Amino acid sequence: MSLTSTDIRSGSHLRIGLSWLLRNHIWVFLALTVAVFSLASPYFLTANNIGNILTQGAFIGILAIGMTMVMIDGEIDLSVGATLALASALAIGLQTHIGIWPAVFVGLLSGAALGFLNGTLVALSGMHSFIVTLGGLIGIRGLVFVYTGENALMVPDFSYTEIPEIYLGPISMTAIIFFGLAFFFQWILSSTRHGRETYAVGDNIEAAHDAGINVKRHKIINFTLCGTLAAVCGILLSMRLGTAEPNAGRIWELWTIIAVVLGGTRLQGGFGSMWMTIGGVLTLAVLRNGLRLLNTPNYVELMVMGAVLILALVLDKLLKRQEAT
Amino acid sequence: MEQRVGSVLRRHGLIIAFLVFLVGVAVNASAFLTPGNIMDVLRQVSITGLMAVGVTFVVLTGRLDLSVGSLLTLLTVIVVDQHNVVGPFPAIMMTLLAGACIGAFNGVLVGFVGLNALIVTLAMLSFLQGLVLFYSGGSNVNVENAQATWFAVFGRGTFLGLPVPVVIFLLGALIAGLVLQFTSFGRKVYGVGGNETASIFSGIDARWTVFWTYVISGLATGVAAIVMGSRVMGAQNTIGQGYELTVLAGIILGGTSLLGGSGSIWRTVIGISMLGFIQNGLLLLGFPYYVQWLVTWVIIIIAVWIDLGAKRGRIFA
Repeated sequence: MSLTSTDIRSGSHLRIGLSWLLRNHIWVFLALTVAVFSLASPYFLTANNIGNILTQGAFIGILAIGMTMVMIDGEIDLSVGATLALASALAIGLQTHIGIWPAVFVGLLSGAALGFLNGTLVALSGMHSFIVTLGGLIGIRGLVFVYTGENALMVPDFSYTEIPEIYLGPISMTAIIFFGLAFFFQWILSSTRHGRETYAVGDNIEAAHDAGINVKRHKIINFTLCGTLAAVCGILLSMRLGTAEPNAGRIWELWTIIAVVLGGTRLQGGFGSMWMTIGGVLTLAVLRNGLRLLNTPNYVELMVMGAVLILALVLDKLLKRQEAT
Repeated sequence: MEQRVGSVLRRHGLIIAFLVFLVGVAVNASAFLTPGNIMDVLRQVSITGLMAVGVTFVVLTGRLDLSVGSLLTLLTVIVVDQHNVVGPFPAIMMTLLAGACIGAFNGVLVGFVGLNALIVTLAMLSFLQGLVLFYSGGSNVNVENAQATWFAVFGRGTFLGLPVPVVIFLLGALIAGLVLQFTSFGRKVYGVGGNETASIFSGIDARWTVFWTYVISGLATGVAAIVMGSRVMGAQNTIGQGYELTVLAGIILGGTSLLGGSGSIWRTVIGISMLGFIQNGLLLLGFPYYVQWLVTWVIIIIAVWIDLGAKRGRIFA
């Protein structure tokens, strides 16, 4: 759907505007939810609460960045929740043995290694990433339990929990890290060779291969990035909580997929961006926060989330149909 | 000769490895291959097995159903709670109906609206979990006067020396297998999964086929919920959490392809039973329960890889 000069001259600004809105429907949705909750609760639109939303959203957000990379490739990573649990357990459990920063480093390394393993298995075997990472989701959780022995690990020194307690106004360092990473990866997607290859591989893997892209290496890199980002999320979570629970991050992979798909990135690959993902993550965070401020029971949140997700899919479907005509 | 051994190994490598595992455990734990223990394992797998039989239909069309875990929770809560209100028989009917309706809802969204099955059923997973909490108000439900009802027969009774859950599971699998093998609906399921465009051109209404597979999946989960409710005589709000993963793991392990068109019920029965025996064997050998997750990871990867490699004719893609 390309715009010709006649289109513009004939004054179809409205149409162009509408089609932009439709394509970026997540921002309309975000504005709508913000407006509704601002009217419904006096505590919603305060600097303090906005800061809270950004911090709460940042954890799923960091996972969603890696997931977006993998999804634009046309793959999926279900193991991020388990990976973050392992990274946070290692980062806390190893502190007494090797010190804080080496432990954090090992945590990050574990995420990168598991991502690399997922990517290598997908690339070498030709299995679908859904199966490979479904196995990972089950197995890595087993690793976490083997390491922690079913107990929650506590930090030996609580100065560890003060590391991320740096604020820029109401915005926490966790949120800043999320936005920093999101912008960085958007730059990778839009302005680097790796980014262009990501879209090419997701759009048509055979054409990408014929065009000389090393598809296998490319996928391994993206899975490794995704695993590393999951570890970053796990370490930030361990800093925030001061403990590492073996069940941490359970079903977070589902929230992450919901956030990314809500943003508009397509599971089929070849389409999406970090802007969309930021929109999806913020919408999810605003919904969760707003519903809690309104004192709604937990089940409303779960039901609204399911309904919103289906609504987003239907919208996307209509949009695609409109593009086709 | 060598070639034949090779092809047998490739085709049935998983089952051979499984038999080796069975013998290995049996040597080290004498209680493993006793009739009593085997029945215990089968009783344990009967609930996930029933769900897996239903989900196999969905997977054969190349779709997914991640909502069955939450659906099992919801239906178990319904059957147990309604048992106290309207009595066992109406409660069972309501449960089956509710399962079929929610399956039909998935079926409409995936089959007719054409939405992505993964996301639709993921949304359903979240929605149904909310519905459970809404229905139960967050508290556990129990069957009152558990001694005085015949409802217990589905989970705890025996029939001709076999536990009733196992009988229901095997009967369900048999019926499902016959439907897939010998009815036109079964052939349509394989057709849609194998090549959807070709199946539409040969006059199959793929939308209805997909729709009915989801109804079957919901119904099968309803049967599983009745067995579950009857066995526990109560229901927690998280009773089915994560079951969708076990179900999928069993189906994949059996060798049914997630791309659709290839697989069968007996493969699912074998896959899900294998998971049960591995879990039970590892526990008997004295490993902590979570070690089974690691083993499941490894065998899923190996099993699917071998299967894919055998079809492709070489190991690496």
